[in-house]
Amino acid sequence: MIRDAKLWTWHVLAGLVIFVFLGLHMLIMHLDDVVNIASLNPAGGHPIDWANVVARGKMIFFPVTYTVLLGAALFHGLYGLKNILFELNLGDGVKRATTVVLALLGLGLFVYGTWAAFASLALARSL
Amino acid sequence: MLTAKGYPNRLGVGGWLGGGRWGMERYLYTLHRLTGLGLIFYFLLHILVTSARAFGEAAWVASMGRVTGPLFTVGEYLVFLAFAFHAANGLRLAFIELGWGVGKPFEPVYPYKTSVDFQRPLAIVALLLAALLAAAGTLDFFVLHKGVTP
Amino acid sequence: MDFANVKEVTYRVRRFDPDKDRAPHWEEYRIPYAPGMTVLDGLWLVKELHAPTLAWRSSCRMGVCGSCGMLINGSPRLGCNTQICELETTTVAVGPLPNFNIIKDLVPDLMPMLETHRQLLPFIVRDDHEEMEKPSGEFWQSPEELEHYLQFSYCIKCGCCMAACPTCATDPVYSGPMPLAQAHRYNSDSRDNGFTHRRQVLEGERGPWRCHFAGECSRVCPKGVDPAKAIQLMKRELVADYFKLREQRCPARLAETPKGVARREGIPEAPAPTVR
Ligand code: SF4
Ligand code: SF4
Ligand code: FES
Repeated sequence: MIRDAKLWTWHVLAGLVIFVFLGLHMLIMHLDDVVNIASLNPAGGHPIDWANVVARGKMIFFPVTYTVLLGAALFHGLYGLKNILFELNLGDGVKRATTVVLALLGLGLFVYGTWAAFASLALARSL
Repeated sequence: MLTAKGYPNRLGVGGWLGGGRWGMERYLYTLHRLTGLGLIFYFLLHILVTSARAFGEAAWVASMGRVTGPLFTVGEYLVFLAFAFHAANGLRLAFIELGWGVGKPFEPVYPYKTSVDFQRPLAIVALLLAALLAAAGTLDFFVLHKGVTP
Repeated sequence: MDFANVKEVTYRVRRFDPDKDRAPHWEEYRIPYAPGMTVLDGLWLVKELHAPTLAWRSSCRMGVCGSCGMLINGSPRLGCNTQICELETTTVAVGPLPNFNIIKDLVPDLMPMLETHRQLLPFIVRDDHEEMEKPSGEFWQSPEELEHYLQFSYCIKCGCCMAACPTCATDPVYSGPMPLAQAHRYNSDSRDNGFTHRRQVLEGERGPWRCHFAGECSRVCPKGVDPAKAIQLMKRELVADYFKLREQRCPARLAETPKGVARREGIPEAPAPTVR
């Protein structure tokens, strides 16, 4: 059983990592018309246009930072969710089950998301 | 945990919202909780939806097509606002909960000035930062907005 | 509100008799008002004039014993420390402190809080057992070292902070602001060496991790203890300890009696020590 002192410390550190990388993600995706960084959105138009997705997908920077963000955000979010649920005074069995379900959910999505990030790197480079 | 005797009188989830005097930080706590819940549920779906890019253009366009329309725009806008608040307030919390900005222990003299008062400037800065982010987002979402190129 | 012409106030009191009632209910009483009356004074009048069976705890009636914590117009406060006129209304709603079970009327069961307090070792823990059992002198402590914990040592264990804390509203596992602040009070005492013992509880589920700095505990504390400050400082210590960055500290040594100095004339001898 990892104790809360450790989990909470990493929860806060993950929060700071998210602050940086999600900040960047939001800058690219949602603040593109306010602060336009042309090199990250080379095809012009909307940031989620396929051409831009491919262009970003070619840079190794994105799969790597996406994976860091994915891991940090999943841990931060699911640990936060776990805390909120635990504060509801669940029974011990329910608590254990919740921990397992959330951990599996997190791991599963982390593996899938990481695969997707690197698969699209390969795909974009082959185009 | 200990067994207590007598009539149970815990406030329950309602107590998350207000138990005693309501202070600004209590609202921030509630909002942080709500926005956090919103963000994590959005994020779980977001992973699934955007992973479609690994399957090529058709899958990507189809996946994005499923999440367009005014309802999703408003939804995304709310997610952005939640992000703006949660990020700014989260930065403040990271500071405070590691013991910065709450003041040193000192002999309390009435009227008491507590850690809540000491960190108040941080709370205001966090709100301003959130407002700034939210304003930039609003500008982008509704004023300067360009659509996805068909 | 101007209390100059107020002659009467209304008390709404949350009543619960475990032998008769299924659930608590409100009852209303009107009592005469005189300037300077505290909420606790009013309760005595209610008992005298209307409800002889009304139960509550109080003792010192001067904010020292911590018995009379109650929910007054929605805020956890001390009955004896609250003037009716500062409530700005002539209706005084008094209930038992929430987040504790109700034993009777306004009497909360503080045992879980006090038991948690006890488990967090609210006393000086040291390895020199002999000195602890048979003290031969005083431990040395500077005024600066005193400042580190003095504020937290003003706690009177009234439980108001527990009643205000949103986490305590649902979670009986979380230790709550009072016991945590007291654990920090001893952790930050230069004479103490019990951090590693208290850490065993503090680094787990019962530790400070479910405090989210809603700050209510510090806002309601009648003694200015500022438990929220203690809890955040405690988190910092525990995180530092996790990264092995916590300052290692030898607990204070015995203060030595200065040698070779003579007592100035006219200063009387100190009284005989009371602790042997
Ligand atoms: S910290 Fe303050 S409110 Fe809490 S028990 Fe101590 S004196 Fe009462
Ligand atoms: S600051 Fe922490 S302990 Fe105090 S009321 Fe808020 S959540 Fe509870
Ligand atoms: S009666 Fe002692 S604190 Fe109020």
